[in-house]
Amino acid sequence: MELNGSQMVIEALRRENVSVVFGYPGGAIMNVYDEVYKQNHFEHILTRHEQAAIHAADGYARCSGKVGVAFVTSGPGFTNAVTGIATAYMDSIPMVVISGQVPISMIGTDAFQEIDAVGISRPCVKHNYLVKDIKDLPRILKEAFYIARSGRPGPVHVDLPKDISAQIGKFEYPESITMQTYKPTYKGNVRQIKKAIDAIAESKRPVLYIGGGAISSGASESIQEFARITGIPAVETLMARGVMGDDNPLNFKMLGMHGSYAANMSMSEADLMISFGPRFDDRVTGKLSEFAKHAQIIHVDIDPSSIGKIVSVDFPIVGDLKNVVEAMIPLAKEKINPEKYKSWRDLLNRYNEIHPLKYEDSDTVLKPQWVIQRVGQTLGDKAFITTDVGQHQMWAAQFYPFSFPRQWVTSGGLGTMGFGLPAAMGVKRAFPDKISINFTGDGSIMMNIQELMTAVEFDMPVINIILNNQYLGMVRQWQTFFYDKRYSSTDINMQPDFVKLAESFGGVGYRVKTKEEFDKALKDAIESKKVALIDVNIDRLENVLPMVPAGGTLYNMMLEYKE
Amino acid sequence: MKTERKVLSVVVLNEDGVLSRISGLFAGRGYNIDTLTVAPVPNTNLSRLSIVTSGNTRVLEQIVKQLHKLIPTYKVIESNQFVEKEMALIKIPLNEDFNGLDAMLKAYNGTVANSGDDFIVIMVADDANRIENFLKAVKKYNPIDIVRSGSVAMDI
Ligand SMILES: Cc1ncc(C[n+]2csc(CCOP(=O)(O)OP(=O)(O)O)c2C)c(N)n1
Ligand SMILES: [Mg+2]
Repeated sequence: MELNGSQMVIEALRRENVSVVFGYPGGAIMNVYDEVYKQNHFEHILTRHEQAAIHAADGYARCSGKVGVAFVTSGPGFTNAVTGIATAYMDSIPMVVISGQVPISMIGTDAFQEIDAVGISRPCVKHNYLVKDIKDLPRILKEAFYIARSGRPGPVHVDLPKDISAQIGKFEYPESITMQTYKPTYKGNVRQIKKAIDAIAESKRPVLYIGGGAISSGASESIQEFARITGIPAVETLMARGVMGDDNPLNFKMLGMHGSYAANMSMSEADLMISFGPRFDDRVTGKLSEFAKHAQIIHVDIDPSSIGKIVSVDFPIVGDLKNVVEAMIPLAKEKINPEKYKSWRDLLNRYNEIHPLKYEDSDTVLKPQWVIQRVGQTLGDKAFITTDVGQHQMWAAQFYPFSFPRQWVTSGGLGTMGFGLPAAMGVKRAFPDKISINFTGDGSIMMNIQELMTAVEFDMPVINIILNNQYLGMVRQWQTFFYDKRYSSTDINMQPDFVKLAESFGGVGYRVKTKEEFDKALKDAIESKKVALIDVNIDRLENVLPMVPAGGTLYNMMLEYKE
Repeated sequence: MKTERKVLSVVVLNEDGVLSRISGLFAGRGYNIDTLTVAPVPNTNLSRLSIVTSGNTRVLEQIVKQLHKLIPTYKVIESNQFVEKEMALIKIPLNEDFNGLDAMLKAYNGTVANSGDDFIVIMVADDANRIENFLKAVKKYNPIDIVRSGSVAMDI
C-alpha cells in the first residue's frame, strides 16, 4: 500500500485501535491534520493548550490502561507539551506523542518554529524518534506503540518533519514486533521466587509495600489473592491507591509523608518488606538510613534499574508483577500460614485505632476532609477520581474510599498542578458512563482553566470540586511549619468569580459554604450532565496530617499541629 | 562508600542520536565520564563505546542498569577482564634535546608519527595507567600539546 506520511500516521493509529486523539494543530503538523479531517476511525479532541492535550491523553491512559495519543505542532506546540510528557514519564504512563517538525532540509537553521524537540524530550521519555526517512515511518510508529505499552510503560515521542508527512512511501505495518535491543523480562526467576517465599515463611512481621507497578501490570487481583492467602498486611503508595480496595481489612492504606500512622509504623517495625512495584520515592521513604531499618527487602519490578536504585535489596526479582505474584501464590499456599501473622496484624490494627486518619469537623466552616468523605459516601465506586496537586490531593488520597485499580488518577512523581481538569476529561472520554470527579485547588485549577471550553465543546461533563482555601495551601502549610508563618507569595485570595466563570464557558457553577449547599450542588451537578465547577469554601488554615517532614523518619510523624 | 574506577564496553544500535542518549544519561543523572570513545562495529548496524567512569558501588550498578534501559542498547559488558588501551599524541618542539626519547618510545609502544619544521609529533599506545606515566616522563621535553584518545576496551 502506498501512502503519504500523514496517511501512515492515521493508518497506524487505526491498526493500534486508537479511538481518541487529543491535540492542537499548527504549521508543521498541518499535513497530518488534513488527514485527520478526512478520516473517521478516531475522534480528535481539540484542547485549548498543548499541555492539556497531553494530560488528557494521560488521564485516558491511566484510567483505561490503553496507550494515550496526542498530536502537537513544532516549536511552541511541542514545548508546551513538555510538562505533560514529563508528568507521564515520571509515573510510567503509556503514551505516544507525535509532534510536527520543520522540513528536514531546514532542520538546524533556526527556522520558524524550529526547536530541537528530541533533544528536549530525551530525558523525559521512554524513547523518542526524529523521522528522517519515510521508509522508516511505519516501523517507527509500530515501535512507538510497542515500547510505550510494554515493559515498564512510558511516553514515546515521534518528531515528524513536515516534508516527511507529505512524502509517499510503501506502508507495511508489521503485525507483531521483536526488537534486537529491547526485550523486557516478564517472567520472574523461579529460584529467586522460591527464595523470596522462604524468606516470607521465616519472617514474623512482613508487609506488602505496593507501588504504581501494581496498577500498570494489572496485578491488583493477584495481589489481593496473595494477601488473602498469606494474611500479610499491605500498604499502598500514592500511585497504588485502589489496588487493595479500602474495605479490605489487610489494607493499611497510604504510607509516606502524609501516610497513615499504621502504614508508616508497619514499615518501621517490619522485619520483611515485600515490595510489589514501588520505586522508593523520597516522599515515601523519608530519611533513607531509617527507612524499614529492621527489614529485609524483596523487590519485584519489571525495570531492573528500579531495583537497588535507592536501597539495597536482599531478594531482587525482575519480572512483570502480575506474572511473579501469580507464580508466588501456589508456593505461598504451601508454605505460609496466615495465622502466624495475627499478632502483627493486631498490632497494626491497634495503631490504627490509636491514631486513625482524622480531622476535627466544624459547624462554622467546611472541612476539606468532610467534603471528600461525603463525595466518597455518595459516589463510591461510581466515580473516577482525578486530582490536581497540593493539600487537596493528599486529602483525597487519604479520605476517598477507593475500591478498584485505576479509579485514582493523580500526578505523583512530577506533582504537576494543572493536571486535574484535562486528565479528568480523558477519564470521561474513556468511561462516558462513569462520573469523573476532579478534586482541585484554587491554585491548581487556574493552571489549565481554559480546558473548561474543551470539556463543554466535546461534552465531557467533568465535575470539578475546588477545595478553596484561598492559598497555595500545601506551600502555605510548609511556611506555617518550617518558615515561621512567613506566607511569601502563597495567599491567593484575589480570585475570579468561579460561578460566573463556569457559566461563561457554558458550564454550571456553584458556590458552597455549608454541608447542605454542598450536597445540593453535587446532586445538581451530576443531574445537570454539564461541566461543573463547585467552589467550596473550606477552612483556610487546615493542614494535612500526619506529616513526616522532608528527610524525617517515618516513625516520627507529626500527628498534630499546635500553635 | 568508596569511589572506584570502572571500564564499560557498551554495544548499541548505530542510529541517530544514540551518543546523545548516552552522554545525556550521564549528565542528567550526575554520573562521571572519565573517558568515552565510540566507533562502529565492522559489518553490523552496531557501534561500540568504551566508557571509563567512576563512582561508588551503587552508582556503578545504576550506570550499568540505566545504560541497559536505553532502548538502542544491545549489551553492556562490565567484565573485570578487559584489554584496555589508550593512545596519546604529543607535540614536542624541535629545540629540545631528545636524549633518551627513543628508549622511552620503545618502552611505551611509541613512534614518531609526524614532524614539521620546528616540532615532532610522537605517538604512544599502551595501558591507560602507563600512558599516565609516559606523560609524566615526557614533560621534560616541554610538550606543546597533548591529545589523549581515551580508553578503548575489549573484554577477554
Ligand atoms: C506546576 C507547579 N507549580 C508549582 C508547584 C508547587 N506546588 C505544590 S502544591 C502547591 C499549591 C497548590 O495550591 P492549590 O492548588 O490551591 O492546592 P491546595 O494545596 O491549596 O489544596 C504548589 C504551588 C507544583 N506542584 N506544580
Ligand atoms: Mg488552595
